[in-house]
Amino acid sequence: MATAQALFRTCPRTGLQFHKSAESLIKLNAVAAVVTLLVGGLLALLLVLTRWQAIHLIDADNFYLYLTAHGLDMLVAWIIFFEIAILYFCSSTLLRCRLATPRIAWLAFALMVIGTVTYNVAIFSGSATVMMTSYVPMPAHPAFYLGLILFAVGALIGCFVFLGTLVVAKAEKTYEGSIPLVTFGALTACIIAIFTIASGAIILIPTWLWSVGYIKHIDPAMYRVIWWAFGHSSQQINVSAHVAVWYAIAAIVFGARPMSERVSRTAFFLYICFLQLASAHHILADPAVGTEWKIFNTSYAMYLAVLASMIHGLTVPGAIEVAQREKGFTKGMFEWLRKAPWGNPVFSGMFISLLGFGFLGGISGVMMGTEQLNMIIHNTIYVPGHFHATVVLGTTLAFMAITYFLLPTLFNREMILPGWAKWQPYVFGIGMGVFTLAMMGAGTLGVPRRHWDITFAGASLPYEYPGTALLMLAICGISGVIAVIGGAMYIIITVGTLLFGKKLDAGAYTTSITPLRLPVQAALSGHGGHGGGFAAPGTFVLALVFLTAFVLYYFVNWKYLSTVWGLS
Amino acid sequence: MSAILPPQQRIWWKQPIDKVELIWITIAFVWCMVMFFMMPYWHVYGRQNLSPETYRVKPELFQRAAQEMADKYTVRTETDEKIPVVAPPAGSDVYLIARLWSFWPILELKKGETYRLHLSSMDYQHGFSLQPENINVQVLPGYQHVITIQPNRSGSYAIVCNEFCGIGHHKMVSRLYVKD
Ligand SMILES: [Cu+2]
Repeated sequence: MATAQALFRTCPRTGLQFHKSAESLIKLNAVAAVVTLLVGGLLALLLVLTRWQAIHLIDADNFYLYLTAHGLDMLVAWIIFFEIAILYFCSSTLLRCRLATPRIAWLAFALMVIGTVTYNVAIFSGSATVMMTSYVPMPAHPAFYLGLILFAVGALIGCFVFLGTLVVAKAEKTYEGSIPLVTFGALTACIIAIFTIASGAIILIPTWLWSVGYIKHIDPAMYRVIWWAFGHSSQQINVSAHVAVWYAIAAIVFGARPMSERVSRTAFFLYICFLQLASAHHILADPAVGTEWKIFNTSYAMYLAVLASMIHGLTVPGAIEVAQREKGFTKGMFEWLRKAPWGNPVFSGMFISLLGFGFLGGISGVMMGTEQLNMIIHNTIYVPGHFHATVVLGTTLAFMAITYFLLPTLFNREMILPGWAKWQPYVFGIGMGVFTLAMMGAGTLGVPRRHWDITFAGASLPYEYPGTALLMLAICGISGVIAVIGGAMYIIITVGTLLFGKKLDAGAYTTSITPLRLPVQAALSGHGGHGGGFAAPGTFVLALVFLTAFVLYYFVNWKYLSTVWGLS
Repeated sequence: MSAILPPQQRIWWKQPIDKVELIWITIAFVWCMVMFFMMPYWHVYGRQNLSPETYRVKPELFQRAAQEMADKYTVRTETDEKIPVVAPPAGSDVYLIARLWSFWPILELKKGETYRLHLSSMDYQHGFSLQPENINVQVLPGYQHVITIQPNRSGSYAIVCNEFCGIGHHKMVSRLYVKD
């Protein structure tokens, strides 16, 4: 029996229990993620210094090449490697069970690494400068599509290992009742990942066959519709994963428990139901897709998913507020927040991630997803502004925050440079926050995305953007450099800790599973589920501030739209 | 219990919901419904809607239609490449070709009049981005995107390609005039 042979250790500091095979795989996937983050981050530096027109660092060919690599290494490799690590952690570690089929999990990892190397080689050899979207009929080298397919297959296998581990835990009764909320969030991410990767396969496999000459024609409109069913939904894997990380950090740092399991789980469930359809919002300015279809999918589908995010946006800080109030921080609306551990990067990273994702990413996402407003945003630099807010401020920063918890727990190393770590989320978060705002500002002025030179030097019919647009790009450059510094601090701290951090007591490996005991600290009792009280007034005020910003910005955009040419 | 542990009560789905959550969910839902109704509302009362006709089209046929228009209504040429400036009559069908790496021809329209603008690409995907108006529409090869437009301000506009289409993408910029 595999159970008899499985080795476990219990972390002496947190009480979390790690299955040895799962532990190695979590570590490996996390390390692979950080390596690709390093590559993507170096490229990011070159890119921001190029779009900053006063510097305009690299030439056009390399700019587009690096942009393709940056998009794929960040959005695909960094994030999904880290997510696979989270999936294994949320199943095997949180459920205190062995990882199902470690050998197959190794295969998954190998495929993902081979895939990453393959598509990177194709890009850096200069034969696949087609951007993340790789819209047909623009051709890329077959190795580019093949690399992506291999990576996707690997990730898909990782998802099934996660599901298998849930089955193992259930069968071996390593926990009682329902799976924890954080694991439920990871399950949401996993389910979305599976149907997302299926959409990816439906379009990438024929496109690969087209690139090697077996298929004559891929319809560009069809490609876009299916590609986005994959491309957009895959971002919802990230949202589910980082919201799960928020809940985990609230639990780890504050001992907070969800205000209500029912509400939080239902909100995750809404993601599963509606996000696939909401990817329609990427093709709002496309021909060949009917207006009714666009409105239908972006209205009910997208707004119910937006609703889910708005719920998490309240329940996560709400849970923290309740936990803090129980510890006695009850003065006024915001003592709970003022007295939060702002010097602890696990908390500060998570909180900046929550604010950035909600205010900048969430609101701008709704603008882009509104059929008519999309016209004044589509393919401008507003779009990367939006998704840097969601995926970088939201997902990446949440993953960085949880890393600071995992370094001593999973890697058994004392973090080096704690002073740097204290500042890292602020440097990265503020740099990235200003960066996304400046991008959105430039996009509102019409600056296109994926564009090497908006001064159009040498073009026969040039155009001059307003000076503010150039100023916005300069702010992008400066804040982008600050964000890259924040990212470099993260990499120096994590890699340095792995190499030079003081070794900590890891706890011995045994074959027995220790019974479930409360990790970190005793969970608080008494709050939530009373129905009568107003448990989190401070959070509610913050939520109303958010709503006000949302409503104002929404109608400002309609006002702006109403001044442009009549169109029908 | 905390979010990283199984729910304390096995029957968690029957636990009552906190008041603050309930109120927020209600507010958020109402707001989502407002946003939901804005799109159909704007189709009825707003003037800026992208509800175009689209057709499949062979690049050669589209090019021929554009050429016919240019032959009839060219008023002058611009730049060293002698790009025709075409002033079609109000209410007519106007054609704009996107290809690596230019738009063809240059259109000259009248303020306040409506035109049926046909967009298509001869090769890859391109973006039609009208500046400084900031109207952005996708242009696909093999498809004809027909949008009824009504310029509301006169002046010289730029058409910038905002869909990456290859190494010369950043030079793919053209002009459009609107006359009083
Ligand atoms: Cu183009």
